[in-house]
Amino acid sequence: QGRIHQIEYAMEAVKQGSATVGLKSKSHAILVALKRASSELAAHQKKIIPIDDHIGVSIAGLTADARLLSNFMRSECLNSRYAYDSPLPVSRLVSAVGNKSQIPTQRYGRRPFGVGLLVAGYDDQGPHIYQTCPSANYYDCKAMAIGARSQSARTYVEKHLDKFLECSLDELIKHGLRALRETLPQEVELTTKNCSLGIVGKDMEFTIYDDDDVQKYLAMIEGEERSRAAPPADQAAMDTQEGEGQQPADPQPADPAVEEQGMEH
Amino acid sequence: SYGALARYRNLSRVMKVNDSAAIGISGDYADYQFMKSVIEQRVIDEECLNDGFQYTPKSLFSWMTRVLYNRRSNFNPLWNTFIVGGVQDGEPFLGYIDKIGVAYNDPTIASGYGAYIAAPLLRDAFEANPKMSLAEAEKKIDECMKVLYYRDARSLNKYEVAIVTKDGTMIKSPIVSETNWEVAHMIKGYE
Repeated sequence: QGRIHQIEYAMEAVKQGSATVGLKSKSHAILVALKRASSELAAHQKKIIPIDDHIGVSIAGLTADARLLSNFMRSECLNSRYAYDSPLPVSRLVSAVGNKSQIPTQRYGRRPFGVGLLVAGYDDQGPHIYQTCPSANYYDCKAMAIGARSQSARTYVEKHLDKFLECSLDELIKHGLRALRETLPQEVELTTKNCSLGIVGKDMEFTIYDDDDVQKYLAMIEGEERSRAAPPADQAAMDTQEGEGQQPADPQPADPAVEEQGMEH
Repeated sequence: SYGALARYRNLSRVMKVNDSAAIGISGDYADYQFMKSVIEQRVIDEECLNDGFQYTPKSLFSWMTRVLYNRRSNFNPLWNTFIVGGVQDGEPFLGYIDKIGVAYNDPTIASGYGAYIAAPLLRDAFEANPKMSLAEAEKKIDECMKVLYYRDARSLNKYEVAIVTKDGTMIKSPIVSETNWEVAHMIKGYE
């Protein structure tokens, strides 16, 4: 039927990984990721990896494969800086990853890389978000979400897409966290333990925020209504995936656009 | 003209790389031809990528430095001195790289006899007027080339200039300086 099953299986591995969202404004590109812990004993798995001063990635899928690819990416970036005294353009790095990922999809005895990446970078052409797949395809995105239950995040992001370009950095982060929150099952919340943030921009090197550093941003969206966390009486409204659930009895403004004005610093 | 073999009167020693960079060379012409073809191929490859990025003067300078130093370190040098010039982010750039990989950049650069004769003239001019116009700069270059023709016994009165501005790169060739040899009559034995 013209299908390469191994590639489809590898893409399944990406879909099983925990969610991560990437979005960009005119001046910044950010990544937010949900960290998963394999058990109560284990630490939450790191999802965002710095590649160079101007590029970072978040991963979904086989962490070991992600480590390989990110080492490769770091190597490419470093070599480029050494030879050309200039940061490697993000598009060129991503196509290098694509070319490298294609080889194991065609060579005998090898398997595709079981990891999808969201690449956030800033170069002379501005901020970028790219998505890479085990299929070796890569996509230039305005915003993207991958991993488990990421469709909800994609839906949120599609709805608010037009706002991103002119967003301030804080607003952009709030959108990212809200999008990530959409992927959470009921009763589960974003905490400093399970949430990770990566930001790169015009005058900002790629910086990762973990644990306590995320608290400041989580506080910005605290208390907002979630479409999934609505009480049982509102089951019907929840299923339709409205931005924030409308609850007539609730004094809190449900619309994030209105919410923003109140929370503006 | 070309160096000690002053019979090659029409050899070009400047090369346009792209709209923002150009290079000038001295030394082994064959090694220059090799480097020229390598750079030209890289520029073509970059055009094929068509991704909005092109070699900047500083990137070109950095890459060439690495090549030259690497060759020297392997006892297989490219026997040249390269001068890289261009405009990057609105600012002019000039760099010097020689066969042993020594590299530096400065508002004024000169190689060979130029380092002895032209460099002081250019430095004085730049210090007096760091924001000189293109016309003033061309005039100064002509003055330097004239003095070099007077003083370097193995030179010809013909040169070419590569000019890089924010609007692109162009090469002016051939240019002949106006010389005054009246002083010759004061030389004993010359009529």
